[in-house]
Amino acid sequence: MKVPVEITVNGTRHRSEVEPRLLLVHYLRDVLDLTGTHVGCETGLCGACTILLDGEAVKSCMMLAVQANVRAVETVEGLSVEGELDAVQRGFWEEHGLQCGFCTPGMLLSAHDLLRRSPQPTEEEIQRAIHGNLCRCTGYQTIVKAIQNAGDKMRAGKPSAASSSPSTRGRR
Amino acid sequence: MIPSKFEYFAPASLAEAVSLLSKYQEEAKPLAGGQSLISLLKLRLASLKYLVDLAGIAELNYIREEGAGPSGTISIGALTTYAQIKESKLLQSKCPLLPQTASVVGDVQVRNRGTLGGSLAHADPAGDMPAAILALKAELKAVGPQGERWIQADDFFLGMMETALSPDEILSEIRVPVLPDHKMIYRKAARRPSDFAMVGIALCLKARDDQTCEEISIGVTGVTDKPYRAEETEKRLRGKKLEPKIIEEAASAITEGVDVMENMHASQDFRSHLARVYVSRAIAAAGIRS
Ligand SMILES: Cc1cc2nc3c(=O)[nH]c(=O)nc-3n(C[C@H](O)[C@H](O)[C@H](O)COP(=O)(O)OP(=O)(O)OC[C@H]3O[C@@H](n4cnc5c(N)ncnc54)[C@H](O)[C@@H]3O)c2cc1C
Ligand code: FES
Ligand code: FES
Repeated sequence: MKVPVEITVNGTRHRSEVEPRLLLVHYLRDVLDLTGTHVGCETGLCGACTILLDGEAVKSCMMLAVQANVRAVETVEGLSVEGELDAVQRGFWEEHGLQCGFCTPGMLLSAHDLLRRSPQPTEEEIQRAIHGNLCRCTGYQTIVKAIQNAGDKMRAGKPSAASSSPSTRGRR
Repeated sequence: MIPSKFEYFAPASLAEAVSLLSKYQEEAKPLAGGQSLISLLKLRLASLKYLVDLAGIAELNYIREEGAGPSGTISIGALTTYAQIKESKLLQSKCPLLPQTASVVGDVQVRNRGTLGGSLAHADPAGDMPAAILALKAELKAVGPQGERWIQADDFFLGMMETALSPDEILSEIRVPVLPDHKMIYRKAARRPSDFAMVGIALCLKARDDQTCEEISIGVTGVTDKPYRAEETEKRLRGKKLEPKIIEEAASAITEGVDVMENMHASQDFRSHLARVYVSRAIAAAGIRS
């Protein structure tokens, strides 16, 4: 039996009827066609499917779509501001925080969760913040630098600073 | 990986949730953070007809102090997440064992979703919070069709993923004592930072200035099919001066009477060794020279 859900994704409210067993990641990819959120392991281990739920990083393969009912989801598609990469994306760009890019959408959103809680994180804090995100390419060093770079940008109040961070934009 | 079909309920009150569970019994299960249950459903290690999502029950999410002084307690709603526990100023100052333990569960994403109640009700033999709950001698409130009852932490964990809760009961609250004179330590041995514990030791220790142990309780996880209190080790330390030889002797009893697990992460011998070393380290971390 399908149930109605109303989920705000990247600021847009979507009404759908879904099977309760539908995973949130499949809702995003298959129902809304937002394929930026990746599926790596589907068992909760790799973090490629990380999104923000009401501003907090969660793994969307470890949730049912119905659990996101009347809540706000942010995915990688919602990060850029008026076609410009946001501070975290630019940090990854400048510091070569990606190679194949498979882990990147999840890494970006984990970075957002961290920078919201801790605007000037230490290297160790960054490492702890991405424990749940596996990268098979970079060796993590450039990702850590990318997140530091993003933190610097946000604190300097450059375009797309805290006021337009996805966690605040997503809330209605 | 897709779970098999089920019907979904999102009750807004505890009473409503209990009545659904009592109606459907074994065919239904409550859903909290889903960080274990969704996995089981996806892998089809569990399948149910009815899923009762507790997330909409606001009355199950709180951390508050009740009563003051030595007999004070802190009550925590079952739906409180690891992240909320980790960040709670009240717990950090009055019951640091819980934030300390919550901060080493899984990773950020798991901590944002997973709940204290879910972790205890799930009773994973390597779960971290159960060890802390045992060391704190917490009391757990279960609400069922017959009303509520309190269960002592020592009586809660019965076996591999088995607890004292019946299928129509919901764990609603966890109550821990405020122990101002106790040192509290959680030490976890895991292959990688976000892994489950091969061994986890939770310690509450009250010692006099001359290092005589007045009170001690030790919760152990990861070692056997359920988390347990290391009673023999406690007994060998209580009332004693905490000197290296005594600590070593007591630590050697940490797996006494316990059927130590063996799996790909650690053999029986290695696990027993880790348990001995980590309990000694926990005592050292509590400020006891050894
Ligand atoms: C990648 C990953 C890493 C992890 N690492 C760790 C780790 O290092 N240490 C650790 O301890 N755990 C770890 N976990 C497991 C995690 O702690 C789970 O969150 C926890 O075991 C279950 O809590 P939950 O709220 O998610 O419960 P759910 O998954 O929703 O439920 C678990 C079980 O408890 C029952 N239940 C839930 N709430 C209640 C209630 N209030 N009353 C009665 N029954 C209830 C459910 O019916 C179900 O059977 C990890 C999980 C993942 C995915
Ligand atoms: S796909 Fe969700 S954690 Fe790997
Ligand atoms: S860039 Fe390839 S997995 Fe991270």
